[in-house]
Amino acid sequence: MMDFGGINPAILIASLMVASVPIMLAALGELVVEKSGVLNLGVEGMMIMGAICGFITAVKTGNPYLGFLGGAAGGAALSLIFAFLTQSLLANQVATGLALTMFGLGLSSLMGQGYNGIKPPLTGVVPFGPLRDIPGIGRMLFSHDWMVYFSIGVVAATWYVLKYTRTGLIIRAVGESHDAAHALGYKVNRIRLMCILFGGAMAGLGGAYISLIRVPQWTDGITAGAGWIALAIVVFASWKPLRVLIGAYLFGGITVLQLNLQAAGSAIPVEYLSMSPYLITILVLVIMSSGKGRTALNAPAALGQNFHASR
Amino acid sequence: MIRLEKRPLPSQFWQVATPIVAVIMTMFAGGLMFATLGKNPIEVIRTIFWDPLFGEFAWYLRGQLMVKAGPLILIAIGLSLGFRAGIWNIGAEGQYIMGAICGAAVGLAVFPTENRLIFPVMIVAGAFGGWAWAMIPAILKTRFNTNEILVSLMLVYVAQSILAMAALGFLRNPEGSGFPGSRNFSSYPAAANPEIIAGSGLHWGGVFALITAGLLYILLQRHILGFQIKLAGQAPRAARFHGVVPEKLVVLCMGLSGALAGLAGLFEVTGPAGQISIDFNAGYGFTAIIVAFLGRLNPLGIVLAGLLMALTYIGGEMAATNLGLPSAAVQAFQGMLLFFLLAIDVMSNYRLRLKSTAAKMLGVK
Amino acid sequence: MLKRTLLATAALGLGLAFAGGANAMDKVKACFVYVGPVGDGGWTFQHDQGRLDVIAAFGDKVDASTFQENVPEGADAERVLTQMALGGCNIIFTTSFGYMDATNAVAAKFPDVKFEHATGYKRDSANVSTYNARFYEGRAVTGTIAGRMTKSNKIGYIGSFPIPEVIQGINASFIHAKKVNPDVTMSIVWAYTWFDPAKEADAAKALIEQGVDVILQHTDSTAPLAEAAKTPGVIGFGQASDMAEYKPSPRVSAIIDNWGPYYVERIGALLDGTYEQKDTWAGIGGGEVKIGDITEAVPAEVKAEAEALAASIGDGSYHPFTGPLNKQDGSPWLADGVVANDGELAGMMFYVEGIVGDIPQ
Repeated sequence: MMDFGGINPAILIASLMVASVPIMLAALGELVVEKSGVLNLGVEGMMIMGAICGFITAVKTGNPYLGFLGGAAGGAALSLIFAFLTQSLLANQVATGLALTMFGLGLSSLMGQGYNGIKPPLTGVVPFGPLRDIPGIGRMLFSHDWMVYFSIGVVAATWYVLKYTRTGLIIRAVGESHDAAHALGYKVNRIRLMCILFGGAMAGLGGAYISLIRVPQWTDGITAGAGWIALAIVVFASWKPLRVLIGAYLFGGITVLQLNLQAAGSAIPVEYLSMSPYLITILVLVIMSSGKGRTALNAPAALGQNFHASR
Repeated sequence: MIRLEKRPLPSQFWQVATPIVAVIMTMFAGGLMFATLGKNPIEVIRTIFWDPLFGEFAWYLRGQLMVKAGPLILIAIGLSLGFRAGIWNIGAEGQYIMGAICGAAVGLAVFPTENRLIFPVMIVAGAFGGWAWAMIPAILKTRFNTNEILVSLMLVYVAQSILAMAALGFLRNPEGSGFPGSRNFSSYPAAANPEIIAGSGLHWGGVFALITAGLLYILLQRHILGFQIKLAGQAPRAARFHGVVPEKLVVLCMGLSGALAGLAGLFEVTGPAGQISIDFNAGYGFTAIIVAFLGRLNPLGIVLAGLLMALTYIGGEMAATNLGLPSAAVQAFQGMLLFFLLAIDVMSNYRLRLKSTAAKMLGVK
Repeated sequence: MLKRTLLATAALGLGLAFAGGANAMDKVKACFVYVGPVGDGGWTFQHDQGRLDVIAAFGDKVDASTFQENVPEGADAERVLTQMALGGCNIIFTTSFGYMDATNAVAAKFPDVKFEHATGYKRDSANVSTYNARFYEGRAVTGTIAGRMTKSNKIGYIGSFPIPEVIQGINASFIHAKKVNPDVTMSIVWAYTWFDPAKEADAAKALIEQGVDVILQHTDSTAPLAEAAKTPGVIGFGQASDMAEYKPSPRVSAIIDNWGPYYVERIGALLDGTYEQKDTWAGIGGGEVKIGDITEAVPAEVKAEAEALAASIGDGSYHPFTGPLNKQDGSPWLADGVVANDGELAGMMFYVEGIVGDIPQ
């Protein structure tokens, strides 16, 4: 196996695939929300609600798969507050999203009292059998839990739905011009509500992945800012699902790489390594945005604007 | 079924009534939560809203209100300008940190010289630090069309790393026997930002916040620039015809909000916080975004919103200390208050109409 | 000026009510300021356990019901402390290094309230005491186990921030691992956070991928242990709290912060009138650092060796930093038989000989 500075690339890829799951799922959900023209900055709050709801469900039922369902439900439930405020009462989306994060952090901590120091039921890896034993590739691609593959599947499905289906067309239409979509007879607010719920569920799944697989335990503030990174990844991806995959792998990859470099005794000063994921993400975005045509990078035109049918 | 109908003009009544109604509704909803946690809801709510203003120790806490509200107001006012123009600076937290580091570095570099000019120079350095940090997303946006939300947010984390480096390395107190953290400014009068009137809680940061609010109010009401900013946010195309250069506006709004956030950081580090430490930043930059919108992006509204937020922080703290309420409950309560404020705000611009089936049958839409 | 006079009068009033420091008191109100949530499962959780010990020890004589979680350093800490002092607390424990200046500032205004600051060094007024625990003593024990248990001869250390307390732990672990296993090398990863479970898990994973099979940590979550559990043969230690849910392996032992004895002692002294200002830095001997149960995953002779080491540190017959020891660059630090003094340890910002890499500056 090739080594780069004492780091085995196959193992690095294997770990970045796991490390990126939470931000990828949350970013994908937020991407759909933003595609429909809604800016929900409450990803962190929905993630942590997913983390605690998933954890409680898994511990109570003893079933990690139900745990993930619980996590998705928890995230979606919190997003419902956002949907009601912004879609029915036309509240400002930026402020509502931030308030959602505040509320979610508080509520999750209240719900989590008594769940500290408990181990959740384990989620096993997918049994790929002999595939696991292929040198290099087996470890890299076939040694993970089902959520790793599920998250990639969701990326592909979202990409397909947004690009090739009628549903996707409607979502994009609503996000580009809600007035035109309304004129065509689409229920703008109802479509946005569904997108917000989807976004909440995906953020919840991402949070549950942290508390059930990544860490696995419950402590207050367990998501530690992953929701913010997810928001940045959406922008990084220029609202394209496949690029969410790239963005999440890039960010997760650099985070893992910098720790690996430290562990391997690299000569690069630690303090610069620790800020490298953020700087490199900026750098890559700058290169991408300066190279291509400007329009390709534009956000959905109606992003952040509320819609009210005047008649 | 109930439906919303847009008012031709925002309702004066509801603009005033919104916060009051929202606070009352939060009291009920929050009271329910406190009751389920086994606390006396009336006692908790009195502790949060009444005691800091009129309770036994109000003489102390009223001053603290300004300590807490000062940085929030200062940052939020800067942000509101950009938000009006559709420029999304989410990274005020980073600009706040960099302002504090730059300002503190200037002061610590000349320690222990006593000179009246030191503090003013530090103020300039603080504003510069925040401005420079905000210029990164601004220039990347104007030059390369890079999204400012991502860049400003990512730079918060970079600033936090630099803060840790400063506290552990280049700004560490040489007399602190290896412990992290800079010298404390309270023992360096030339660079300190003490209370202007003892016990009032008002330091230069609060003064700056109030003056800035006043100046910006005038700018937005009377000056052509204020008009251009509003126009750029509401109708970007029209703004172009009106001679607004979007690039200039981005640089201006980002720069101003960065400088104000940097100032807030400088005043905090030299005053209430006292020193650069690893965890010096306490999230003011993010909370200020909420304050900006709660204040409807209006300078005077922001002052009130900042004070209200400060009240819930201080009152919530008292409830936690004196009544044993988990601090998470206070956080959830603050979230609720914001929800209600944002929800009731709909009444300013819309009125509720009962849509009856009869009307529908007559074809009235 | 009026307000300041008021503040002084209020303080004076409280002082009169309790008639000075040295007299016995019938009832004490003890208050606690925490930097994190009680639910962090680590640092703050253990301080709160200490608070509960106080309640168990004194019952009605002490009101220890007042505490405040998640208090940011700086202005917020100062306000919370002032409120507590005004609210009638007789003794206030401030449980994070970052509260040092706030504690001293408020203490100066309330001379009759006792302030106890954890892990700091400033005692500007007579009513401020400081206390800390010699965690490095526990690290010597876990380092010994690590040196004996590693098969790859690679041990890993997850550090939070490069501050003296963490460096002491790294050095103590390494010295004692090396003592029992001269071939041992140590990889250090700085997480630049006290608490970020996902990042800590990644750090542990990175170390394991480098061939490390014993993980020591100075960050607060159980994430590294959970990560270790995924790879057979990798072990780790509980940090701050026992982390018993990962017994018997990967968690083979733990360094437990045990603040209860100190809190009970200080409040007891306040009750019977023997309270005095002091600087406490106790370790295994004083009961502030406890070695968590060494599990059956460790061979009996290694367990016995580790327990003997803990006992000799506890009774004072052995100091973990005893010469001959060299600094990383090979320059002599402690001559044969010489013991490091506390001042030197408190400001320790260098690695000992044999550790690879630089301390981030």
